[in-house]
Amino acid sequence: MSCVLRIALMCIALAPAGAAAQTVDYARSRITCVSTQIKVPVEAEFRRFTAQLAFDPAQPEAGSARIEIDLASFDIGSEEVNVEARGRNWFDVGNHPRARFDSTGARALGGGRYEARGPLAIKGRTHDAVVPFTVKTDAAGNATFEGAFAVRRLQYGIGEGIWKDTDTVADEVQIRFRLVTGGKPPQKKP
Amino acid sequence: MAATGRTRYTGTAIGLHWIVVALIAAAWALGLTMVDLPLSPQKLKVYSWHKWIGVTIFLLALARLAWRAAHRPPALPSSMPAWQIRAAAASHALLYALLLAIPLSGWLFSSASGVPVVYLGLVQLPDLVGRDKALAELLKQVHVVLNCALFVTACIHVAAALKHHFVDRDDVLTRMLPFIAPRRGEK
Repeated sequence: MSCVLRIALMCIALAPAGAAAQTVDYARSRITCVSTQIKVPVEAEFRRFTAQLAFDPAQPEAGSARIEIDLASFDIGSEEVNVEARGRNWFDVGNHPRARFDSTGARALGGGRYEARGPLAIKGRTHDAVVPFTVKTDAAGNATFEGAFAVRRLQYGIGEGIWKDTDTVADEVQIRFRLVTGGKPPQKKP
Repeated sequence: MAATGRTRYTGTAIGLHWIVVALIAAAWALGLTMVDLPLSPQKLKVYSWHKWIGVTIFLLALARLAWRAAHRPPALPSSMPAWQIRAAAASHALLYALLLAIPLSGWLFSSASGVPVVYLGLVQLPDLVGRDKALAELLKQVHVVLNCALFVTACIHVAAALKHHFVDRDDVLTRMLPFIAPRRGEK
């Protein structure tokens, strides 16, 4: 590794992150959900989302997150199911294209674990969500946020009509995420 | 039962044979109709039942092979030409192979589709392969082709049994029929 690059990396690593917005590397980030259909766990991915993150492990309470998921990008691996999921009984993406989670001020739980709370809005309904996560920062200063939490789909009217029956599709759905910051560091104005 | 062991299959072998026949018929009926059902909770249930039946057939096929290893089937009529005996052995081997391969291909297809198999809603089977759309499409074709092979082999199996019964008038069919005394009453 060249000396110049090493110094550059050190500068990035040592730069005060504060609660400055961090660029998200979408190629390395993933948001998935696991629903349980007749006791069978099935994973689906939300392929398009935006995340605005500002988090400094030294000051979790100063952190903030806004995550918006394009619900039409739901992909469970079957086009038939994807079409159904976009329909009125499920996400109703025509009327409610995005889900949104807003959180300000995370809480340290110890051992590299944190907890973010905030309103989670899906399909026109908003409920508070508690989102535990871990943060790992690599040598280049890029952070990986990982976590999982449960959503009760019926609270949001996800899966209405014939799909209300929780013996077929369980009420509890696991949301899992891995958000990796990186790419270009915030440019300092001269 | 022990006295008739030479001329008939054992009661266990006969029972397992006909249970598997009924399960194959059920799996085919569900399999052929479920694919065209509109997406609904009912469709998910029927898919689950189809998979549970497939796993059951796989387990019963293993049980049959184990039973067969310990209880040799009755000898074929001495009047049968050698090529027919070889053909019978080959078709039986193929039937057993398909009884194992078809559920296995379905399980693989399900795994590749990203849907684990949870037997009877109780036991989650491990995913044999990761989610892979192209592989899933291939395995679907394999599952269908193997079922076509089973259908053809089963038709030959039935035709041969009927030929033995009505043309050769031997005991090859009756030795696998429950509640019917074999024709050849040797002790």
